[in-house]
Amino acid sequence: MADKITIIVHSGDMDKVYSALIIGNGALAMGMEASLFFTFWGLQRLKKGGLEKGPLSKMNMLGLGKWMINQRMKKAGVVSLERLLQDFHELGGKILACDMTMEIMGVKKEDLRDDLISDYCAVGTYLTEARGSKVTLFI
Amino acid sequence: MAEIKVDCTGEICPVPLVETRKALRKAKKGDIVEVTGTHPSSKKEIPMAVKALGLKLIDMSEKGGVWKIRIRR
Repeated sequence: MADKITIIVHSGDMDKVYSALIIGNGALAMGMEASLFFTFWGLQRLKKGGLEKGPLSKMNMLGLGKWMINQRMKKAGVVSLERLLQDFHELGGKILACDMTMEIMGVKKEDLRDDLISDYCAVGTYLTEARGSKVTLFI
Repeated sequence: MAEIKVDCTGEICPVPLVETRKALRKAKKGDIVEVTGTHPSSKKEIPMAVKALGLKLIDMSEKGGVWKIRIRR
């Protein structure tokens, strides 16, 4: 089995997208292959200008909680989601977009960050990736 | 053979690991990559990555909370 991780990014919450991208980048840095399958609320983060738009998964408080966490993250030196996504792409990570979500939510290819997306696909592609992965996560 | 310096002082998870990997990808076989940083976990984890990548850790040192790791590509 390949030394690989496949992560379903189902949540579009800011903190969960951070988890997915940090783990994905870590895996690539440690010499693994990595695929992120963006579906449902997660896919919204691949829209142009949408990456940083997710709420906090808990205590968002109409954005106040997110603002506070963002301040603390900035102070701690945490990099932006944009930087993590670019690094993930640069290190050869695969970004997959769920085409069923696109249909349900009326998202078109031109609405998405097409330059970063490796493939538009469905469950078959996810499983092909996942069955060859030592690690799979659902976030 | 070139020596590539990567300064990750003040950076935290996962930047030191990712920047190390980026530098190693750009380095040619035989080059030395020298990473400097302050994030404590990265000091433990960069050697883990080096091992996983099958590369050689030349040496590491630490002075006043600043560590330095040298890796042979």
